[in-house]
Amino acid sequence: MGRLAVVTGAARGIGLAISRRLVEDGWSVAGCDVLEQDLERASAELGDAFSPWPLDVTSEAAVGETAAGIESRLGPVFGLVNNAGITRDGLLMRMSIEDWDRVVAVNLTGSFLMCRAFSRGMLRQKEGSIVNISSVVALLGAAGQANYASTKAGLLGLTRTLAREFAGRNIRVNAIAPGFIETEMTRELPEKVREDYASRVPLNRMGQPASVAAAVSFLLGDDSSYITGTVIPVDGGLTT
Amino acid sequence: MSLENRVTEIIIDKLGVKPEQVTMEAHFDTDLGADSIDQYELIMGFEDAFGLRIDEDEAAKLTTVGKVVEYLREQDVDQ
Repeated sequence: MGRLAVVTGAARGIGLAISRRLVEDGWSVAGCDVLEQDLERASAELGDAFSPWPLDVTSEAAVGETAAGIESRLGPVFGLVNNAGITRDGLLMRMSIEDWDRVVAVNLTGSFLMCRAFSRGMLRQKEGSIVNISSVVALLGAAGQANYASTKAGLLGLTRTLAREFAGRNIRVNAIAPGFIETEMTRELPEKVREDYASRVPLNRMGQPASVAAAVSFLLGDDSSYITGTVIPVDGGLTT
Repeated sequence: MSLENRVTEIIIDKLGVKPEQVTMEAHFDTDLGADSIDQYELIMGFEDAFGLRIDEDEAAKLTTVGKVVEYLREQDVDQ
């Protein structure tokens, strides 16, 4: 078994593609998700190199228990991919505090809790790489996504700050800003938003989860050993 | 080995300082040059070595070598 990476939101979409790619690259993957059935399906597909860990990243206690469980059962964690994310879209005037809080809890607080829980082991072994999955909407904004865009922009601040805190400890922290990627989540977006995005992509097509996974693979592994605190857009040129 | 010596050894190992610098009065930041992450790693080192967990509020008070020794002695750690 290769070095161990933890991926959140691993059961489907971009997270599943990331897990698939990391397993192909020789990593062992601890896949975390609230979607237990999808997690079992991922586990069946990816085999022994993938272990399913049902987890709600918004629970401080659950994150702590899962981190302890993964480290004691599987060993030291060298990679962390904070990919778990949800949308609760709506125009600002109609956005409830519940929809705001829920998206902040999963996308931003969840990533903070995971970084905090797993950085301890990384500090101990003086080696680690963290990749936070942000979004182009962090850079562009998107009508109807005040909550989502705010959390994805927040992840960039988290990324740059942790990069500085951990720079002297050989722990790198980077972010990826995927553009319009074909997943279950983007299929739920309003048709108008989908059309608007697709028409603005210079490469003139939607992206595939595997393209995001390839960038994660690069940032997680040693080929990017001199890169920290950066954000790589994987967006077909949308933000250029 | 005395508790003082074990603590001193951990500090020398983590901070790369000379043994004569590690007096009981030495402050981790001003005397031993430890930044905030160094200090966090030191606390982790004490936790691992003595098999206990030191919560954040307690850790913040452990600013000198002597305070660490005193704290560990109060916790009745294995020596």
